[in-house]
Amino acid sequence: MSSLLALSSPMLSHYLLTGAVLFVLGLIGFVSRRNLIVMFLCTEMMFQGVVVTLVAFSAFHGNFTGQTFVIFVLTIAAAEAALALGLVVLLFRRKQTLDASAWSSMRG
Amino acid sequence: MGNLAVILIPWLPALAALLIAVIALKDKLQKLAAPICAGAVGASFVIAMIVWMNLGGPETVDFYNWIAFGDFRLGMSYFLDPLTMVMLGVVCGVGCLIAIYATGYMKGDPGYWRFFTYVALFIFSMTTLVMADNLVLLFLGWEGVGACSYLLIGYYYDKPFAVSAAKKAFIVNRVGDFGFLLGIFLCYQRYDTVQLSVMLEAARHNVEMLAAGAYNPTAADLWIPFLLMVGAFGKSAQIPLYVWLPDAMAGPTPVSALVHAATMVTAGVYLIARCIPLFELSPAALPTVAVVGGCTALFAATIALCCNDLKGVFAYSTVSQLGYMFVGVGALSTDGAVFHLFTHAFFKALLFLTAGSVMHALAGQLDIRTMSGLRHKMPVTCWLMFVGCLSLAGFPFITAGFWSKDLILGDALAYGLDHNQLYLFVTLLGVITAFLTAFYTFRLWFTVFMGEEKFEMGDEHHHEEETHAEGDEEHDHDDHHAHEPHEMPWLPMNAPLVVLAIGAIIFGVLGYKLHWFENIIGYSTANPVTVPVLDLAHHGDAHGDKVHHTYIMGMDPHNFMIILSSILAVAGIALAAFFFWINRPLTASLAKTFTPIVKLLENKYYIDELYDWMFVQPLKRAGGLFYVVDAMIINGLVAFVAWIPAMIGRGVRPAQSGRLQGYGLGMVMGVAIFALLIFMAVNR
Repeated sequence: MSSLLALSSPMLSHYLLTGAVLFVLGLIGFVSRRNLIVMFLCTEMMFQGVVVTLVAFSAFHGNFTGQTFVIFVLTIAAAEAALALGLVVLLFRRKQTLDASAWSSMRG
Repeated sequence: MGNLAVILIPWLPALAALLIAVIALKDKLQKLAAPICAGAVGASFVIAMIVWMNLGGPETVDFYNWIAFGDFRLGMSYFLDPLTMVMLGVVCGVGCLIAIYATGYMKGDPGYWRFFTYVALFIFSMTTLVMADNLVLLFLGWEGVGACSYLLIGYYYDKPFAVSAAKKAFIVNRVGDFGFLLGIFLCYQRYDTVQLSVMLEAARHNVEMLAAGAYNPTAADLWIPFLLMVGAFGKSAQIPLYVWLPDAMAGPTPVSALVHAATMVTAGVYLIARCIPLFELSPAALPTVAVVGGCTALFAATIALCCNDLKGVFAYSTVSQLGYMFVGVGALSTDGAVFHLFTHAFFKALLFLTAGSVMHALAGQLDIRTMSGLRHKMPVTCWLMFVGCLSLAGFPFITAGFWSKDLILGDALAYGLDHNQLYLFVTLLGVITAFLTAFYTFRLWFTVFMGEEKFEMGDEHHHEEETHAEGDEEHDHDDHHAHEPHEMPWLPMNAPLVVLAIGAIIFGVLGYKLHWFENIIGYSTANPVTVPVLDLAHHGDAHGDKVHHTYIMGMDPHNFMIILSSILAVAGIALAAFFFWINRPLTASLAKTFTPIVKLLENKYYIDELYDWMFVQPLKRAGGLFYVVDAMIINGLVAFVAWIPAMIGRGVRPAQSGRLQGYGLGMVMGVAIFALLIFMAVNR
């Protein structure tokens, strides 16, 4: 009963649930897809899950450290996105495909 | 100044060795090797003689502190007494003459400077050995001469025989050195010092107490002489460790003369003579030495009878003569032993070097069956060797070998009559050997130099041309271009031999009649306590003059021995002349009659084969066994340990799929498991 009641007004657990869903969706996408760009986007999604959790906790505790941290994470994620997409382009040029399994020459 | 001179005696040759090794870097300077070596050894000889003239009593000269730990101090110190000085005289004097001879003999050899480095190093080790003030320093010299002997035997390292002979000498000597080393340990345990003068003084006191019945020898007292004896038998080639010496002839002939006849092999005799009080403490020790010496003398002499190798005959005769020296020390006749050591150095060096000349002239030929009547081709060598042979055979009255051998045999006989019957048996062995010695020595000489002229050249053509050029005046021009035997040049080869020949004649009667060696031994630590050579405590007279022995056949044993061995020596020479000069066909037919005996002697009683069967093969088999153990068990274990991680790797390798997703999944699952564990741990 209380869980239903909880749905009516946003609470900490809602934010945490949203963050967890985003993270797990990203994770499933990363593991199941082979397209390098999609995989990369999935990792971005996992990032967002974590970010949401951080902001939620920050608001809940009235402590701005978490939000400050999020600003840094977003900045770095942007830089990293530029770098990663550049790498993806490079990999694509090498093998004319975006399939991640094309790069399994380090198999034991 | 005096001390510096003493220190220079061993260190001059050492510096010479170093200098030769340095100048050898320049090809042009390599021919200076011989003058440097001979000069340094000659200088050592001169210094030693000057030091001897100024030597008052026994003296210790400290060079520097060699080993120091705790209370234990060992000096690089030298002990000088007349015995040291006479040994130095032999080592440096004969060494210098041989180095001069080698200047010519080794000419044109690719290892010219290497040879003289080794020789100088050898003289350094040998002088250290005889001058050592303590047993450890003596052992250093002892091992030094062993190492130089190894290097010099294996000088022709491209010949497999020389290499194996060098190894044989080294390994057989290890057996003796093991005993010697244990003896040194035991000496230290017993006397708390290894310093010879202190130790021997204590031992001397104990022997006096023992003679007075006031002392009970300890177990160490009984064992020390036997352990030292093993070392002496190894170095001086006595039964059962003699086998290395005949093979050692693989080295260049001057080495055979210097190391394996005149000096190094007498180190064992020197050791026992030096430490005679230690040996007197053990009642069984000296009789053992005498019996082993007597048996070796006879045994080696019989082998020499049928030996067909020019140097081999002299090698076995060296073993035999060393046996005499051991009889000498064993019969407490240290003066006789050192006297014989002294004369033997001269005549045996002479014999080896003349043999070297013959070998040189015949391009390495050593088989005496191929030689005959060489007296016209090499007259000087012929007569020089004749002098050496006379001395070795003990030709009565005029030769040195006669007097020194008879001092030993006379003393042994006197000791046997006065004290211990066992020595009569030893004397008998010595007397038979004396006859055989005369016979085999002249068998060789008559075979090589008498009869019709006949020879076969050997297969060595090294530096033949150079010596031809120098020997021009010695031989006629007809055979100049043919490979024919020729006389050696006077300088540098025959002149040193003349000096040796003079020594091999005059030192006998001088030494015997002037009591040189009684005086040398009497004032050194080699003076026996129980039967002193020189009774300093009583009247200071040489024992030959005053002491009256039990008479044998109405004569003093010394006079009896002189007459007996004179007869035997002359008989031996005459018999050899008959068989190997006058009537050779008869000899050949007689040899056929006695084929089994001849065969046995020619094969040296199969002792090498016996040792091979007793020691070498079992050791090889043990080596094979250990090889299998090594290969299977040790290597197997190591391989197994290495196999484990390889197998683990093979097991987990598929985890490395090379796929990004796989790694991601693994990472996630790992984190998930940890998260679960933490969750469970928190909620427990």
